[in-house]
Amino acid sequence: MLYSTPPLSNAMVRIVGVGLTPFGTTPERTGRDMFAEASEEAFADAGVPRGDVEALYYGNFMGELAEHQGHQGPLMAEAAGIRAPATRFETACASSGAAVRSAVQTLRNGEADLLLVGGAERMTNLGTGGATEALAIAADDLYEVRAGVTFPGAYALMANAYFEAFGGSREDLAEIAVKNHENALENEYAQYQKRIDVDTVLEAPMVSAPLGLYDACPITDGASAVLLASDEYVQRNGLDAPVSITGTGQGGDNLALQDREHLARSPAADDAAAEAYDDAGIDAVDVGVAEVHDCFTIAEVLALESLGFYEPGEGIGAARRGETTATGKLPVNLSGGLKAKGHPVGATGTAQIAELAQLLRGDHVNSDAVADVDVGVAHNAGGTVASAFVHVVEVAE
Amino acid sequence: MSDEDAAGDEGYDEWLAAIAESEGYFLACENGHGSLPPRRRCPHCGSGELDEKPLPGTGEIETFTETQVPIPSFGDDAPYVVAIAAFGDVRITGQFREIDPSEVAVGQSVRVDVSERATTGEPLVVFRPA
Repeated sequence: MLYSTPPLSNAMVRIVGVGLTPFGTTPERTGRDMFAEASEEAFADAGVPRGDVEALYYGNFMGELAEHQGHQGPLMAEAAGIRAPATRFETACASSGAAVRSAVQTLRNGEADLLLVGGAERMTNLGTGGATEALAIAADDLYEVRAGVTFPGAYALMANAYFEAFGGSREDLAEIAVKNHENALENEYAQYQKRIDVDTVLEAPMVSAPLGLYDACPITDGASAVLLASDEYVQRNGLDAPVSITGTGQGGDNLALQDREHLARSPAADDAAAEAYDDAGIDAVDVGVAEVHDCFTIAEVLALESLGFYEPGEGIGAARRGETTATGKLPVNLSGGLKAKGHPVGATGTAQIAELAQLLRGDHVNSDAVADVDVGVAHNAGGTVASAFVHVVEVAE
Repeated sequence: MSDEDAAGDEGYDEWLAAIAESEGYFLACENGHGSLPPRRRCPHCGSGELDEKPLPGTGEIETFTETQVPIPSFGDDAPYVVAIAAFGDVRITGQFREIDPSEVAVGQSVRVDVSERATTGEPLVVFRPA
């Protein structure tokens, strides 16, 4: 555990507004335009003046490669129409999860009362080859990329190690893809609103065995934004913000898979979850809904185990048994997840927070599935989970 | 990538050359952890006492995948098998050559060598059946 937050009276960080672009294939759209749209939505949702925002915390991974654009913080503050200091966070596919965590810490420390947090990623303009190459640089260049490890390849190495250690099959993984596509059917922000079945997944072209095309999340353009505030700011301004972030945790691991203790587990996420639960004063059994980082079907399995919902080796059958479907005991990825909703990598962490806030406050298209739920968890992973962020969100007036 | 390649990667390049000469080594710390250069600290325990030790002659496949969709700089190499193999206290990632992909299995015995990436001619860590 890297950091332990002391219990503070202002530990509750309120989610006052959320905004997303529709996720999908818009190669012509600039990152700045997508973030402008997402932040516009967040401000409209929150009803707070732009002048109150004290900083922008922004996540982005491949801006240099996709747009030849570094130093994106000030650019995105400008796009959002705020005059405030801005910082870009980069932890690969968990870049905006890192931004959320730092924002929570800043608000709790009393250093700010209102922050804009978000992320954006332009990917499809790179084409499949270019995007695959850009994603691969989240792995160890000397020892993984130069051996031909792609991102699907890295997760395929983990999937085969999982099968070897614990059992499981491609059919089990396919059930996860089917579930997440089902959840996205009515989500107008999702890249794929298309029902698939197990045979579709199994018969799709192989990307890196045992992972096929439908085991992998798509390449996606999109942006997300949330406005986070101190409890005091919310009360002073009489805002309606029923959902709060009550726990934050981060874990880290060796960058290259070859240096990991176990190839079929994600201990960085174990650590992040333990810290976030302790921070929020909850246990895994208290969680009623989860948005997890299913960049590949096997990644959802590793996430469920790291979050303490299943013992190692038990998570593989969760979707097949119906336990994580919309009507199951613990719905997972009601948004459609990265798999069907899409994965504009730098935007994903805050998009998960936005989806959970809407699910819990009742204005998400799938809110009915969690009408009695008060506690949700977001799990955002970078690389092959060398970086992990877990946040607990709760309905807490 | 090519500009940086001109300067080389000190520590890694020497390690590759040693593998090619069948004189491969790894870095061992006093706590029994293995790692690959360049490093000043053990990635497992942070120890600064790292000694070069000879790499065992054979390793064992721990996991593998046959990649059909490569990054562009491996375009002419695909499909190819990537594997992680354990050589005593250290693991190495490389491409498994000289074997039918359908014959690859966890637990197989391999030796490590350096070959060439078909697409670019760059050096490539490979495994061959032991």
